Amino acid sequence: MSMINTIIMIIYHLLSAVIALLLLRSIWKTKDIQEAILYCVILIPFVLRVVHIK
Amino acid sequence: MTEKKLRNIKIIALSVSLILIIWAGFLFYEHRTFAEAVVPSPELTEVKKLSSYFSPLAGTANDCNLYFFDSGNPGGTLFLIGGSHPEEPGANLTAQLFVENVQMEQGRMIVAIRANRSASTVTRPGDAYPRFYTIPTSWGEKKFRMGDRWSNPLDSWPDPEVYVHYPSGQMLAYMDIRNFNRTWPGRANGTLTEQTNFAMMELIRQEEVDFFIDLHEAELEYPVISTIVAHESGQEIAATASMMLTEFEFERPIGMEFSPPSLHGLSHREVGDNSDAISLLFETPEPFLDRVRGITDEDLLLTGKDAFVMEAGKHGLLYEKIDERGWPIDVRVGRHCSTVLETAQAYSDINPDQPIVIQGIPRYQEVIDNGTGYYFRNPEEAEESQVYYE
Repeated sequence: MSMINTIIMIIYHLLSAVIALLLLRSIWKTKDIQEAILYCVILIPFVLRVVHIK
Repeated sequence: MTEKKLRNIKIIALSVSLILIIWAGFLFYEHRTFAEAVVPSPELTEVKKLSSYFSPLAGTANDCNLYFFDSGNPGGTLFLIGGSHPEEPGANLTAQLFVENVQMEQGRMIVAIRANRSASTVTRPGDAYPRFYTIPTSWGEKKFRMGDRWSNPLDSWPDPEVYVHYPSGQMLAYMDIRNFNRTWPGRANGTLTEQTNFAMMELIRQEEVDFFIDLHEAELEYPVISTIVAHESGQEIAATASMMLTEFEFERPIGMEFSPPSLHGLSHREVGDNSDAISLLFETPEPFLDRVRGITDEDLLLTGKDAFVMEAGKHGLLYEKIDERGWPIDVRVGRHCSTVLETAQAYSDINPDQPIVIQGIPRYQEVIDNGTGYYFRNPEEAEESQVYYE
């Protein structure tokens, strides 16, 4: 059971990293200021998850 | 808007995000890695790690310290744990008070201050829980981590849709698979919390523990409060202690309750069922945990004073009384100290061939008069080799 949990945890962190990268890409591409700021806010928990702090 | 202006705003927004990430990350990291100093009583025999009894726990957040105090004289073995639920500070403070002051005259005592250490490395920001709390001492303020009820998701995740308790098969809320007092007796190939319970059971069996005590606190809206919950094997001890404490020592009574035979996962049931040890669980009132509380801060945690909880009491919504005096931490720790001493006395009276005789621990009124901090030693005055960290 702990092995399955560990695998899911690793996949979850990889997904978090992918989403964080997608958010960075969206920030770079968008022409809308509000969208850019919104993506910056959304980015915070994903980065904290990727670095295993929260 | 020009491309240049848009780019500048994006850079500023990203920079602000980065600052917030670093700031929040530092706060979380500081809490998770903060080490609480413990200066054990000179009577300390040895300190072991929980992984001594179950090696897969080595290097995990839950490889907690176990403090052994052996009188060298024949007697029973008492195992006392605090920190099952680290959002209940009266429990770990009492356990630490025992570690720093106990002198065993007969028998021996084993203490775990942070039984579920992982749960003490995470708090509940969404409920406005403080990260730390401090206890005043004669040599300054002693700082402690405020924790949560469940193990840190960073150490144990994901949770199942429904938590099926092992071995009973009883279904419980999903997050209770990380609740140290719902996962007894644990399992070797389970989650971190289940493995921690399994290791504790191994300790109880290998060290031939005779008497087990699990310290807790409870919200006043919860019916199991100000009480000793007793396994069948400990009912006589609990009843005796309850009568003595209520009659001669406490301002407000302490009751006793039978551990429900069909309620699985809790220490008072599973330790008694799965070992030879007598198991008891103590509860003191902690208004900080009540859902109807007001401002949730360190002051409420330590004074136990809250106008909203008092108002709930006026409407008959509570199972324990509360007035403007609140339920200060010294009262809660004092009740736990006296209850441990009284139950150990009752155990010794019932088992005169293997007594557990404890000295050096203050009783209820002494803790109130002197304050809990009076009983903590200054780690800066102790030799480095005599300081342990939780």
